[in-house]
Formats: sequence, C-alpha cells, structure tokens
Amino acid sequence: MSRRTSPVIPGFGLTLGYTLVYLSLLVLIPLGAMFVHAAQLTWDQFWAIVSSPRVLAALKLSFGTALLAAVINGVIGTLLAWVLVRYTFPGRKIIEAMIDLPFALPTAVAGIALTALYAPGGLVGQFATALGFKIAYTPLGITLALTFVTLPFVVRTIQPVLADIPREVEEAAACLGAKPLQVARHVLLPALLPAWLTGFALAFARGVGEYGSVIFIAGNMPMKTEILPLLIMVQLDQYNYAGATAIGVLMLVVSFILLLLINLLQRRISRS
Amino acid sequence: MSLRRFALAALASALIAGPVAAAQTLLNVSYDPTRELYTEFNAAFNKHWQGQGNEAVTIQQSHGGSGKQARAVIDGLRADVVTLALAGDIDELYKLGKLIPENWQERLPDASTPYTSTIVFLVRKGNPKGIKDWDDLVKPGVEVITPNPKTSGGARWNFLAAWAYAQQKYGSEAEAKAFTEKLYKNVPVLDTGARGSTITFVNNGIGDVLLAWENEAFLALKEEGGDNFEIVAPSLSILAEPPVSVVDQNVDKKGTRKVAEAYLNYLYSEEGQRIAAKHFYRPRNQAVAAEFAQQFPQLKLVTIDADFGGWKSAQPKFFNDGGIFDQIYQAH
Repeated sequence: MSRRTSPVIPGFGLTLGYTLVYLSLLVLIPLGAMFVHAAQLTWDQFWAIVSSPRVLAALKLSFGTALLAAVINGVIGTLLAWVLVRYTFPGRKIIEAMIDLPFALPTAVAGIALTALYAPGGLVGQFATALGFKIAYTPLGITLALTFVTLPFVVRTIQPVLADIPREVEEAAACLGAKPLQVARHVLLPALLPAWLTGFALAFARGVGEYGSVIFIAGNMPMKTEILPLLIMVQLDQYNYAGATAIGVLMLVVSFILLLLINLLQRRISRS
Repeated sequence: MSLRRFALAALASALIAGPVAAAQTLLNVSYDPTRELYTEFNAAFNKHWQGQGNEAVTIQQSHGGSGKQARAVIDGLRADVVTLALAGDIDELYKLGKLIPENWQERLPDASTPYTSTIVFLVRKGNPKGIKDWDDLVKPGVEVITPNPKTSGGARWNFLAAWAYAQQKYGSEAEAKAFTEKLYKNVPVLDTGARGSTITFVNNGIGDVLLAWENEAFLALKEEGGDNFEIVAPSLSILAEPPVSVVDQNVDKKGTRKVAEAYLNYLYSEEGQRIAAKHFYRPRNQAVAAEFAQQFPQLKLVTIDADFGGWKSAQPKFFNDGGIFDQIYQAH
C-alpha cells in the first residue's frame, strides 16, 4: 500500500502545472510586463517620478484613506457580521443581500450616487454644509467611497468563522465566571483575529487601487484630493507609458510590503 | 442535406462572403460628445454610399475620452477612421504607432477638421452672478467647473481659451499665467472628463459657470428645455478643431480604404455639414454656415495653430509634466 495519502484531485504534476500556467497568464506576466515597461526608465528618472511632491501627496492620500476605510469597516463590518450570525430577525435575508451590493454595483455608479448624495447641495451633504464642513470633494468623501466599496470584505470573511464558534463556547466561558468583556477578549477575539486581519487586508488592498467610485467624489485637486490611480491615468493621457508604470510599480511594491506585514502578523497571531 | 455537406457549404460561403463582409464594416473611433452626431451621419452616409451603387456598409461607433480612444487604436483597436477631440491625439497615432503618415492633417480640407466648435459658458438661469466674460470668472466667490486638462482633451481647449483671452487683454505671458492661476483657484472640482463636469454642474448643482464646448452646452440646453441654464458667449474664445483621419495601416489590412475615405469626405458634403450644424457643431462650408448663422453667437476666435504654434508645441508647454498647468498648482 502506498504511503502517500492520495488527494481527491489526482496528478500533482498536472494540477501544479495548470496552476502555474494559469497564474502566469493572469497575474505574473501582466505584472512582470509592468516592471519591464518601467525598466525603460533610468533609475534617476524613475526616482524623479515616484518622489515628486504630487505623487507623494497622492501616495499619502491613497494609502491613508484606504487604511482609514479598512479600519472603519473592521469595526462596523465586525458588528454587522455579529448581528447577522448571532440573531435572527425579520428582514435579515434582505440585509444579508444588501451587504454584497457594493460588490455587484459598477463602482462608477456607486461613485456618482454617493457624490450626488454627499455633494454640498445633496440630500445629506446640505446638512454637512449647514454644519460648516464638506464631505464630497475632500479626503472624507474619498474615505466614504472606499468604505462603501470595501464593506463586504470584512463582513464576508468574519461571518463564516463567527458561525463556526458555537454559542456554547461563550456559555461555557460565562459558566466558568467570565464577564462578557472577558469572553469577547479571551474567547472570541483570538478565534476571529486571523479572519478579521484577512478581511482588513483585502479591504485595504482594494481601497488603494480603487478608481471608479472615487474619481467622482474626490474632486481631483492636485496635492489635495488626487489619488494615485488618477496620476497613472494622467501619465497615460500624456502617452507616457513608462511614467504610468513607474507609479504602478510604486503602488505594487508598497502594497506588497504592507500585505506581507499583515501576513506575518497573522502568522504570529495564529501561532500564539 | 447531410451534416457534412452543410458544413462544406457553410465553409464555402464563409470563404466567399468573408472578404466582402469585411469590406462592408467600418469602425469609427470617436470621442464622447459625437455619439448623436455620428448616429445620424452614418445613416445618411450609408444612403449616399448605396446610392452610388455600392453595397451597404455597417458602421460601428466607439466613443470615450479622446486620449483613451487614441491609446486604444495605438494598442491595436482596428479603427478604420478616427474622429477625435484634438489633433494632438491623432498625432500620437503617427508618433507611437506609425499607423498614419506624419502629414495626415494635409490630406483633407481645413487641416482635416470638417466641423469646429468653441468654448462658451453655461450659467444658471438668470445668470445670478452676472457672468459676461472671462474676467468675471476670476472674481472671488465665483465657482468655475471645468474638467482636468491633464485627463481631458476638451479641457485643454478651455484652458487655452482662458489663456488666449488674458494674453490678448493683459499683454504678457506672465500675466496670462497669473490670470489662469486665479481662474483655477476658483475651480472646486476637477473632473476627469467633460461629461463628468457636466454632471457636477447640472445634476449636482455645483458651481456658477461651466466651461463647455458650444455643442455640449447647446445639447444640455436642448435636453432639459433651457429651463435652468443659459449660454453666455465670452468676447473671445478659441476655435476648437476636432480633426478626422483614416487609419492607413488598418484600412489597408482590411481593404476598406475606399469606403473609409468616402466616409470622411462625405463629412465635407453639404448634407454632412448640415448634420454637423444640426448637432451644434460649426460647419466649415460657408453656405451651410450662413444657413445656421442665427444659431451660433458671433465671437472672436483664436486658433491653436496661429496663436499657440499647434498642439506639437502647446501640449508639452502647457500640459505635460512640469508644464504651465502643473506650475499653477505647484505654486501653492
């Protein structure tokens, strides 16, 4: 008898080959082409582009608002997942379906709708105007749009994990004398954290690259509300492919480092 | 008929019909606001083309931002003809793609621009801020809506129109720069394209004045009955010249040169000119222009070639990285 435990899908060579070809065509080659394009620039040219004040301002804005949106969703999304898993109430199915709407909706449509709503004269925006601040055409508006499009990530990654933690575990902890906060901290949080981090990372990564929904609400003012993907479009509109890919490479590298850090964090947490 | 014979027959007819069918499809890659114009023009051309004893031709239209459309053609979109917002975009078909000869603009009358437009102001009904001319746009408290010239071909005409006014009125380039800087300080939102700016101004109610192509402004008025907006023509503006060209490499590969050339030439015919005028583009043909004289306000127009040395020098000077537009924003 073979010592190998045989998996359901046979033929490691075949499946791995297929995986590699598939990933190469869809991910590796396009991303590699970006580096090749950017390599047309000398190091000095590359550095001049990625360290220009506008690119740095956009970098801060894109990653900052995406981070903020991910944090907001990390809190609100967890709450939503909690309510949807732990309680049954009329209309739950509808709310459940609504969570996925930001996935299904074309992002440009979301952007136009949000802008109409939160513009200074809009349905909600007019109250902000009355209180003396602006939502649309500010970083706040960008964060809002990003929070909208990345909402499903946190909810949908936490939901199944939460559903897998039986209510009895909480009850057992309570029977042993744990207060509600202690239950949350010592029982639920450790089990949820890896999934929460995954959802957070997904939301964050998606927010950094988001274009369609942001472009209408951002206002696109240089140095103030320009996101990085817009600067890529600006380079392309000057037929400067190399410049566009330089900014693309910058985004890719920064995103990769951040995702790597989140992954490391995740591994440390699940080990401890 | 057996399956095999059917397959053979299908193959044979595909082989025979193939080249003919290909010769009868034309792809016109254009920019955003010409959608309605070309829908009507295509039907008229087809009638004319068939009237000359030719087979009917299927004309496909593709619309989008002018720069994006040019890039799509360079990257391999098989356009037979391009009808874009500015010559600078078509120049790139030569520079980056070698799809057309360098002298493409000399092949058709009027520098290959069958119709023109200009930049006007769209203001809210009753003109509450009393906007008459460019000087009113730099006053404090006036909000101006225009797209970003870095991402919108149309917005580059807006910028240059303001520049030309300031330079003629105040004399020096330095003053023109100060003027445009003041103007763009009054811009609260820079949308990426003309339609985005129109939505911002018309639907979201932002701003006091929209810098718009004349044909777009008329279209906006026509669509909502002129109840909420009116057009103000400044004393001076720029002649916006959206040119057209056959894409030589593609038509020669597809064998569509004859019909593609006839298509563009027909834009210059009386009927073509009349359709352009109906869609609020200014016709080149003097007779047709006279017919529609009532429709278009009279104003002094500068041109890109005479006043800015063509797009070849205007684009890098004003709009490329580090150009005057960037300097305006780098200042603060």
